[in-house]
This record gives sequence, structure tokens and C-alpha cells, in this order.
Amino acid sequence: MRLKKFLIFTFIIINFVGINQSYSIEPDVFVQSTVNRASEALNNKYSKEEKIEKLKQIASETVDINGIGYYTLGAYRKNISDNEINQYEMLFEQYFLKSFSSRLAEYSNPEIEVVSKEKLNENYTMVSSILVGTEQRPEVKIDWRIYTKNPENPLIRDLIIEGLSLARTQKEEFSSIIQSNDGDINALFSTLKEFIK
Amino acid sequence: MKKILITSLISLMLATNVSADTDGENNLSKKNSGEVKDCFESVNRATFKFNQVLDGVIFEPVAKAYRILPSPVRAGTGNALDNLSTLVTIPNNILQGEFKKAGVNTGRFIVNTTVGVVGIFDVAEKIGFPEYEKEDYGQTLGVMGVGPGCYLVLPVLGPSTVRDTAGSFANILGGDAWYNVTVANDTQHFSDFDYYASRASSGIDFRAKNIDSFENLEKNSIDFYASVRSLYLQDRQQKIANSNAITETQNDSDWEEIEAQ
Repeated sequence: MRLKKFLIFTFIIINFVGINQSYSIEPDVFVQSTVNRASEALNNKYSKEEKIEKLKQIASETVDINGIGYYTLGAYRKNISDNEINQYEMLFEQYFLKSFSSRLAEYSNPEIEVVSKEKLNENYTMVSSILVGTEQRPEVKIDWRIYTKNPENPLIRDLIIEGLSLARTQKEEFSSIIQSNDGDINALFSTLKEFIK
Repeated sequence: MKKILITSLISLMLATNVSADTDGENNLSKKNSGEVKDCFESVNRATFKFNQVLDGVIFEPVAKAYRILPSPVRAGTGNALDNLSTLVTIPNNILQGEFKKAGVNTGRFIVNTTVGVVGIFDVAEKIGFPEYEKEDYGQTLGVMGVGPGCYLVLPVLGPSTVRDTAGSFANILGGDAWYNVTVANDTQHFSDFDYYASRASSGIDFRAKNIDSFENLEKNSIDFYASVRSLYLQDRQQKIANSNAITETQNDSDWEEIEAQ
């Protein structure tokens, strides 16, 4: 009887561990798979509009848009109402998807190779990759900040191109707009609405 | 007289820089380019607009025409210009205590200028002299601990900081051997034109290499001026750190903070 209980218990443990392992995705594998999906979406067989739609879909599934939105808003997020936060989240998502997809849609068949990864802490792993050079442009180093709090569902939080962080650039851009309008968050909302149009 | 004026100007700029730094808010070592003060923002924005107009009328069309040239011609031009810039990199390697790099760069310059036909062919790379990052006097001042001071946009030349502008004056005070043999001294071999033509060509070469990135950035920015400022300051921070390690140039505390949301 004891042996039977032990065997059942062992079986449950093995299965539980096995299930967890099978769903955990390594950040470098996640990046390579995302890049492959994006490369397919950027294939010249699609029209520009189709490319944009496909890229938006990929971004919705692989990027932590809300997390980037909070980061981008910086300290201002602490001083605005819940209503304004909700409005910001909605506007930021639309802004991000439009900006992200139209930035990438200009490229055709980009070839990106994942080179290495470095675990920073439980929440973040930095994955390094290379955008292979062409006759028109040199090789470009791209690092991906991957949010790994939930290892089963890693998400992109930043792209660092040749050492330049896109999230940080966006944060400073948003901050500049708010500052030049005497700290009025509505100025940022208006600018975002104008961009989304 | 000219040298006295320039030296006085640099002293004044560095003095402003030091006082701007003492408030503790604008040090790049804090890993946040946003902390560099944009003390002259309205003037900077106006200059930025002026530069954009100039770019649209002159630099962009010339860069586009330059891109039509065959790839080997552009690569050769880029190599020759890079080779000239080594003359500024070498003294800065020494000033930063990077003697090995100074030695390798000197070797690169000699080999490429002679065997590589005035630097058109990067022969040195092929025989085992790797190409290192360019260095300038602004970076050296940064390595020595001088803060960036206020952000500046210079007419024609574009983004800079008080420190980097002051650093670039060192080029015309004897710190750039190419300037010395073309403009500063009458060597009979080179003229002022050679120097200014090489500087203009460097600008065109840089613009041509980045034409798509700039267009893309401008189209997708909601405040193009702020984007360029951020990118410039991040780039300088990385160059001064002389590090490719992202963990040394990116501030993780900003990211950790949003976990509390």
C-alpha cells in the first residue's frame, strides 16, 4: 500500500515537473522564433498593409506593451488619475503598434541571428543578436530585453540597437512633450491621438 | 591671437560645464541621458530646425546621390576617411591610457596609408590589426571625469554637449595631425581645401549610411528633436564607457520600478 502511494506520488511529481519544463521557453529561442515570424511577415509577397497587420499581430503577442507604456511614462504615472492611466494605456497601445509596425515594415527579408544571452536577474534576460549587413547598410547589433517573470510567457520589453535603447528614447521623447507643456499629461494624449490618426 | 581666443573660449565653456555639473543632475555616469540639461532648449530647437532645412536642401540630396556610386567606391571612400580619423583617435588612446590600442591604431594608419593606398583598402584588418572604436577629445574629457554640461545643437554640425564642443576645439589647437598639415601649417603638400573637403565628405558618408534610419526615425517620432537628443546622449555615454556590455550602460532600476505597478 505504501509502495503504491509512493509510486503515485512520484508519478504526479514527475509529471508536474515535466509539464513545467515543457512550457518554459528559453529567451533566446523565443527571440529567434519571434524574429523568424517577423521575417516571414516582411516577405515581399505581402503588400505593405498586410505586412503592417501581421507585424501588429506579432507585437501584440510577444511585446509587453503595457509594461513599456508604464516605463515610458516614467515618474508621471504616479501623479495621474486612474481614468488618465486607462486613457493612456489605450492610446499607448495604439501608438506603439502603429509606430512599431511602420518602423519595421520598411525592411524586407531582414536576416537576424541570435548570438548569445545573459540572464540579468529573475525578471530579465538580455538576448544579443546581429542584423546581417547588406550592400546598403552595415551589420547592426541588436539586444533584446526579455521580461522573464513568467518563464512560460516571455515578453519583449526593449530593443537596444547598437547600444541605443528604443524604450529609453521613447521615454525621453514623452517626457519632453509633457515638460514643454508645463507638465500637462493631456498634451501627450493629444500628440498620441494625432499620431494614431 | 587666434589660439588665445580659442583657449579662452574653451576655458569659459569648461567653467560653465563644471558649474552645470555641480548640481549633480547632469552626469552621464548616472546612466540616464535624460539627466543632461537642455539649458538652451529654445535656441537648440531653432538650430535643429535650421539644420533640418539645410539637410533637406544640401546633405540629404548629396547623400542620396552618393549612394548611387558603386559599393566599392563608397566603401573605399569610407575607409580613407576612417583612416584620417585615426589621427585623432591615436592621441586620445594615449590620453586615455590605452597604449596597446594606440600602438595598433598607429600600425593600422601606417599600413593602410601606404599599402592600402591612402587608406582606401583596409589591409591592416586582413593582416591582424583589428579596427577599434574612434576616439575624440570630448570622449577623453568624459573618461577623465568631466561632465557633459548642457546639451547643444550646433549649426551644421548637429548635436553636441558643452564638453564635446570644447573637446573638438582641441583638434584645431594641434590635436589633429591632419588639420596641422592642411590648415594650420603651409606644408606645400596639402591645402585648406583638403581638410574641409575631407570633413564634408565624412558628413556625407555618415548621412548616406544612415539615410533610411533617419527617415524612419523622423517619420515615427512624435518629437524628433527629443529623439535625436536622446540617441546622441546615449551614444556618447556608450562611447565614453568604451563598453559593448549593455548591462554597463543601461539603467535597470527604471525597469525594476515598474514591477510595483
